[in-house]
Amino acid sequence: MSTARLLRLMARTGRVTEPLTPPSEADLQVREGFEAPRALRGSVQVRHVDAGSCNGCELELGAAFGPVYDAERIGARLVASPRHADVVTVSGVVTRNMAEPLINTVDATPHPRVVVSIGNCTRGCGVFAGSYAVAGSVDDFVEVDVHVPGCPPSPEAIIAALRVVTGR
Amino acid sequence: MTIGAVTVIVIHLVLAVLLSPVLIGVMRTTRARLEGRVGGGIRQPWRDLRKLLAKQPTRAPGSTPVLTLAPILLMASSLVLCALIPFVSTVALTSVPGDLFVVVGVLLLGTVALALLGLESGTAFGGMGSSRHMVIAALVEPTVLLSIYALSVPAGTSALAAIVRARLADPASLLNPASLLAIFALVVVVIAETGRLPVDNPSTHLELTMIHEAMILESGGRDLGWLELGSWLRLTALLGLVANLALPWGIAQDAAPLGLLVGVAAITGKLLLLGAALAAVEVFIAKLRLFRVPELLAGSFVLAFLSVSASYLVF
Repeated sequence: MSTARLLRLMARTGRVTEPLTPPSEADLQVREGFEAPRALRGSVQVRHVDAGSCNGCELELGAAFGPVYDAERIGARLVASPRHADVVTVSGVVTRNMAEPLINTVDATPHPRVVVSIGNCTRGCGVFAGSYAVAGSVDDFVEVDVHVPGCPPSPEAIIAALRVVTGR
Repeated sequence: MTIGAVTVIVIHLVLAVLLSPVLIGVMRTTRARLEGRVGGGIRQPWRDLRKLLAKQPTRAPGSTPVLTLAPILLMASSLVLCALIPFVSTVALTSVPGDLFVVVGVLLLGTVALALLGLESGTAFGGMGSSRHMVIAALVEPTVLLSIYALSVPAGTSALAAIVRARLADPASLLNPASLLAIFALVVVVIAETGRLPVDNPSTHLELTMIHEAMILESGGRDLGWLELGSWLRLTALLGLVANLALPWGIAQDAAPLGLLVGVAAITGKLLLLGAALAAVEVFIAKLRLFRVPELLAGSFVLAFLSVSASYLVF
């Protein structure tokens, strides 16, 4: 696409981000006694771990950071290393091969850190319960602070979970 | 004169530390707006930095002091760079000249600190990032030297402050071909040195394409905070150098309060405009394949070389 056409497309499209609604925490399951760390107010870096998901949650997470939902405006950013992260998001059941990497990733994240589990599979294993490849649900391996239910949860729900942490 | 020079250096340091997160914020917001997003806002880098500096770093077992020292070394070299480059005023300490060779040396110090940090972690991606970083540094440093050298020929000195003063005194020299070639070569190498598109993508998540990010993958918390601020300061310093060499208007010639105030306003405006322009251009270009990067940098070296030849012919 030529630069001129790209410029016209930008001018025609304008801003596609949906307005931010007041935060609703109705669907979120927050751990008893969990308080968002003060240090993380206004800025969180997110590292995502797919512990054995069907990739439905990953699509929604990708959409949450895309132009329409734009998680960047609440101060969240996806990063490439758990050492850079404040929030570890986990999706899917924990398969045998991913149990150790999941624990290692959470351990490699500096304190204060928050673990957010995304999707029904992370609590009770969903349709994958009982499979020989499944080692357990996310709660069996790491302490989850915020759980986003849904199969898959909508990008708004994922944003709402991140807003619990950033407070924006 | 010494007190004036020290005041100017303090102003440079304070301004650079305050301005560099704003510059990054403006660049990210410009990019977000052009992509149809809202973005995190101009103050977001400040919030990120504040949070990172408050976090305990997690260091791998068996890591050496390099993991702690490299961020400090990068930060120190960036601060020295900001002190030496004429941002606000052309007054400089006579004992520590803001000489072009000194500036390139200090720049290389930060580069080496980052490369050692990449090697320190012992991971494949860290070493890969370091090797790429050094390849780019080896191609960038000669061009920085040559292009500023070309600008120093008409001024008759290699002190940056004196070069800027000479260019301000003779605005016609800003538009002569030697000067334009040198500025263009300098812009290309500044983009390469600070890891912007098309040489490196600062927002990439794909380890195989990383250069700068690959080296800092193993740093977290406070260490990462210093690394981030150090890189931002480097970008600010180099963009400020380009801005004041290309458009020297507004810079103070002495340490008088009014002149300094105008100087601060001028460099802030120039830097933010330059940053927004850089971010806007980045929206339209893709990252170059790594093996094409030396071609780009060799091209900019040729421009710098032509510029030096032309300077001797013209002057």
